[in-house]
Amino acid sequence: METIITIKPLLAVLIPLICAVLIIFSSKHPNIRDGWSVAAGVVLFLTVLSMLPDILAGSVIQFTVIEMLPNLPIKFKVDAFGELFGLTSSFLWIFTTFYSIGYMRSLKEHAQTRYFFCFSIAIVGAIGIAFSANLFTLFLFYEVLTVSTYPLVIHNETPEAMSGGRKYLLYLMTAGIFLFFSVAAVYYYTGTTDFAFNGILDGHGIPVVMLKILFITFMIGSAKAAFMPLHSWLPSAMVAPTPVSALLHAVAVVKAGVFTATRVILYVFGVDLMGETGIGLMMAYFVCITIIVASFYAMTHDNLKKRLAYSTVSQLSYIVLGVSMLTPDGITGGMLHIPYHAFMKITLFMCAGAIIVTAKMENISEMKGIGRKMPITMLAFTVGAMGMAGAPPVAGFVSKWFLLLGSVELNQLPILIVLLASALLNVAYFFPVIYTAFFQKPDKELTFGEASPFMLVPLTLTAIGSLILGIWPDAPYLFLELVNVAVQNVTTGGI
Amino acid sequence: MIFDNAPALVVIFPLIAAITVPIIGYYNKRLIPYYVTLVIFCSFIFSISNLRTVMQTGSISYTMGGWEPPFGIEYAIDYLNGFVSIVVIFIIFIVSIYAKKSVEQELPGRTINFYTVFLLLTAGLQGLIVTGDLFNVYVFLEISSIAAYALVSVGKSRDALMASMNYLIIGTVSASFILLGIGYLYMVTGTLNMADLADRLPLAFDERPKVVLAAFAFFLVGFSIKVGLFPLHTWMPDAYSLAPSAVSAMLASTFTKVAAYVMIRVMFTIFKPDFIISTVHAHTILAWLAAIAIIAGSVLAIAQTDFKRMLAYSSVSQIGYIILGVALMNQIAMTGGVIHIMNHGIMKAALFMVAGAIIYKTGIRNINDFKGIGKTMPYTSAAFTLVALSMIGIPPTVGFVSKWYLALGAIEAGMWVFVGVIMLSSLLNIVYFWRVFENMYFYRAEGGKVDEVPLSMLLPILILAALTFLLGVLALYPLKEIMAPMVQIILPG
Repeated sequence: METIITIKPLLAVLIPLICAVLIIFSSKHPNIRDGWSVAAGVVLFLTVLSMLPDILAGSVIQFTVIEMLPNLPIKFKVDAFGELFGLTSSFLWIFTTFYSIGYMRSLKEHAQTRYFFCFSIAIVGAIGIAFSANLFTLFLFYEVLTVSTYPLVIHNETPEAMSGGRKYLLYLMTAGIFLFFSVAAVYYYTGTTDFAFNGILDGHGIPVVMLKILFITFMIGSAKAAFMPLHSWLPSAMVAPTPVSALLHAVAVVKAGVFTATRVILYVFGVDLMGETGIGLMMAYFVCITIIVASFYAMTHDNLKKRLAYSTVSQLSYIVLGVSMLTPDGITGGMLHIPYHAFMKITLFMCAGAIIVTAKMENISEMKGIGRKMPITMLAFTVGAMGMAGAPPVAGFVSKWFLLLGSVELNQLPILIVLLASALLNVAYFFPVIYTAFFQKPDKELTFGEASPFMLVPLTLTAIGSLILGIWPDAPYLFLELVNVAVQNVTTGGI
Repeated sequence: MIFDNAPALVVIFPLIAAITVPIIGYYNKRLIPYYVTLVIFCSFIFSISNLRTVMQTGSISYTMGGWEPPFGIEYAIDYLNGFVSIVVIFIIFIVSIYAKKSVEQELPGRTINFYTVFLLLTAGLQGLIVTGDLFNVYVFLEISSIAAYALVSVGKSRDALMASMNYLIIGTVSASFILLGIGYLYMVTGTLNMADLADRLPLAFDERPKVVLAAFAFFLVGFSIKVGLFPLHTWMPDAYSLAPSAVSAMLASTFTKVAAYVMIRVMFTIFKPDFIISTVHAHTILAWLAAIAIIAGSVLAIAQTDFKRMLAYSSVSQIGYIILGVALMNQIAMTGGVIHIMNHGIMKAALFMVAGAIIYKTGIRNINDFKGIGKTMPYTSAAFTLVALSMIGIPPTVGFVSKWYLALGAIEAGMWVFVGVIMLSSLLNIVYFWRVFENMYFYRAEGGKVDEVPLSMLLPILILAALTFLLGVLALYPLKEIMAPMVQIILPG
C-alpha cells in the first residue's frame, strides 16, 4: 500500500478553523460572516474531495503535525473509512450552513455569531475525527466536538435548554473521560495508539478479561453513538435549534460516535481479535436491543424532533451492528449506512425545521393537512422516511440489504429477525406522520406556504441525493466504491 | 564571570532588592514596580543559566563563601530543582507585572511595604529550591512563610487578618515539625548537608532506627501541612481567597509547589526510595491521602460560590495530583507529578489572575453574578476558558499532559483504583468549571460595552493562557530534555 504525504488533511482541519476566526472578526456584518461559512464549506469539501482519487486507488494519505508526547503524535491519516466520514460530513455541512442561514434569519435568533463560530469549530472536530491517524488525535477532536457543540445545544438559553445542555455535557464529557482511560490503557499495553488495518491489540498478551473491560470502556467512551442505555442525552439535546439537531443527529456528533466505535472495533481490536474473543457477536446482540427498544420509544413521542431522535438512536445501532458482524457484507452495510443515514436523517430534520419555522408546529398531531401547503417539504420527508424503513429505491434499502446479507452470511437468524422487525417498526412510527400530513383535514385554515429557499433547496437536494444513492449506489466515486476499499483493507489486513 | 555565581544570585538578587526597595521608594515611588520586575527578571535569567549549566555539565555544587561541604553551606542544583526554580521564578515574574495595577487599587499607599515583602517571599522560595543544606531549608522556609503570612494579612476584608493568623499558627506548627525532623537527623548523623546526610543515613538507621523514623514522620507531617495535603489543607482556602489578588496568584502557584519540591527532595534524595518503599511504606499512605485530596478538594470546590474560594479548593485537589504522582513510586508517575508542578503553577496563576481581574473591574466574587462577563471582558473570559479546559484535561493542553502521565503511572503501578480517581476528578472538574462558563457566557445576559482590565494585567493572563496551550503541544522537549534525566536521578529504576 502506498503512503502519500501531503498537507491536505491538515488543511481540511484548518479551513473551518480559520473560518471560525474570520466569523468572530466579521460579527458586525452578517452577510460577510455567513459568506465565510459558505465559502469555507465549499473549499473544505473540495479539499476532501481532492483526496478521493488517491484513496480509491488504494493509497493512504498521511501527515504528522507534531509529536506531542513520546510516541504520541498529533497525526492525520486518511484511509477509505476516514474519507467516507470526511466526505459525508464536509458535503452535508454545506447544506446545513445554507439551511442554518435561512433558519436563523427567519427566526431572528440572538447570538448568531456565536452560533456560526461554534458551528465551524464543530466541523473542525468532525473532520479531525475522520482523519485522525491514532486514538490520541481522535480523542483530541472528540473533545473539541463535545465542547464546541455545547453552546449550540443550549442556544436558546432557556432553563429547559440549560438543563438539556447539562445532560448533554455530562454524558459526552463522561464518555470523553472513559475514552481517555481507554486510550491510555491501549498506549500502556502496546506503546502506540496508531490505527492499523488488522488491529493493534493482538499479540501483546493482554488477558481476555482485560480486553473485554477495555472494549466496554471504549464503548462507554463512544457514547456519542447513543447506544442504550447511554442514549438519553440525544433526545435531551433536541432543545437545540433544528439546524443543530440536523448537524448533530445526522452528521457530526452521532456519526463521530459510531465512527469511533467502528475505528475501535476494526482498527484497534481488529477483525481477528474481535472474532476470537467473541466480543464481536456479543456487541452485535447488545446493539440489537437498542435497535428494537429505541423504535418503541420513538412511537410514544408526539414531538416530531423527539421521534426523529429516537429513530436516530435506533439507526445508529444498525451501523455498529453491521460492523460487529465482522463479515465483509456486514461491514459494508454498516459503513455504508454512515453516509446513507446521514443523507436521509438530515433531510428529515430539515423538514422538521421547515415546519417549525413556517407552520410553527412541533407536534405530529397538529400537522393535519400540512402536506397540501408544504408539498415539497413533505415529499422530501416521505423519501427520508421510506429510506429509514429500508424501502427501495431510497438509499436505506441498499445498506439494509447488505446488513441482511451479513446476518445470513453469519448464520444468525435472530439478527435477521431484528432487522426485519425494525423495518416494520420504522413504518409504524413514520407512516402516521405522512398520513397526518397528507390525508387528514386541517382543524383550521392553514395560512402558510413553503419555507424560504434557503431551507427548501437544501432539503430537496438531500432528498434527491438519498434517491440517487439508492437507485445507483455503485456509481463511480460514490460511497459504495469507497466502502469496498475500506472493507478490503480490514478483511485482508491492508495487504 | 557573573554567571558562575548564578546559583547564589538567584537568591541574592531578590534578597538585596528587598532591602533597597524602601530606599528607592523614599525617592521615587513610581519606580518600584519596574525595579521589582527587573530584579525578578534578572533572577529568572540566572535560573535559566543554572539549568543550562546542569544540562551541559551535570549537577551544580556551589559553595557559599568557598567553604567546602559538608561544613559550609552548599547550593546544589540538578535537573529537578533547576526546573522548579525556572518555573517558580517565571510565574513570579509574570505575577510581578500583573501586580502593579492590582496593588495600586487594592493596597493604595502601601506599595513599598508590599513589594519589600513580595521580594522577601521570592528570595525565600528561590533559596528553598536551590539550597543543598537542610538547615538552610528551614531558614528559607521561615523567611518565605513569614513573608506569606504578612502578604495574606493585608487583604482587603477584615477576615484576612484572621486567615493570616490561622495560616501563621498552622504554618508554625509545620515549621516546628520540620525543625524537629532536622534536629533528629543532625543528632544521629552529625551533618546537615543533604548529600552527606544521604550517605550517612543508612548507617545511622541501623544504629538508631527509631530516631530516623521519627524524623521522617516529622518531615512528612510538616511538609504535608506546607503543601496543603488534605486533611491538613485548612489554612489554604481562607488564605488564598482573602489575600490580595496578586498574592493569591503567587502563593497558590508557587509556595505549595516549592513545598512539594522540598518534600520530594527530602523523601528521594535524603531518605531514598528504598527506605520509603520497604521500610516505612509511606508511599501507600501518601497515595491514598492524595487520592482523598483529589476527590475531596473537587467536591468542596463544587460547594463554593465564591470564585477565589472555589479555586483554592481546586488547588487542594491539584496538590493531590502532584503528591499522587510522587507516591506511586514509578518513573512515569513521577514525571507526571513533577511536570504538574509546572502545569498547575501556570494554570492556577492564570485562574487567580482572572479572578483578580474580574474583582478589579467589577468587584464580583460570586460565580452566580458573573452573568455577562463573557461580553464585557471577552479576553479575560477567553483566557479563562482555555485554562479551565486545561484543568479539565482536554488535549492538547498542559492539563492533559499531567493527567496522561498520572494515569499511565497508576496503570504501571497496578493501582487501577487511582486511575478511577483521576477519571472521577476530571468529571468533578467539569462540574465546577462549567458552572462558571455557563454564568459567564449564557443566560442571555445583557452585554454591556467591552470593559477590559488594563494591559499590564491582561497581558500576563493571556501569556499564561497561551502557555497552557503551547507547553502542552510542545511538551516533548521538556519531557525529553529535563524530565527524563531528572527522573533517572531521583528515582532510578
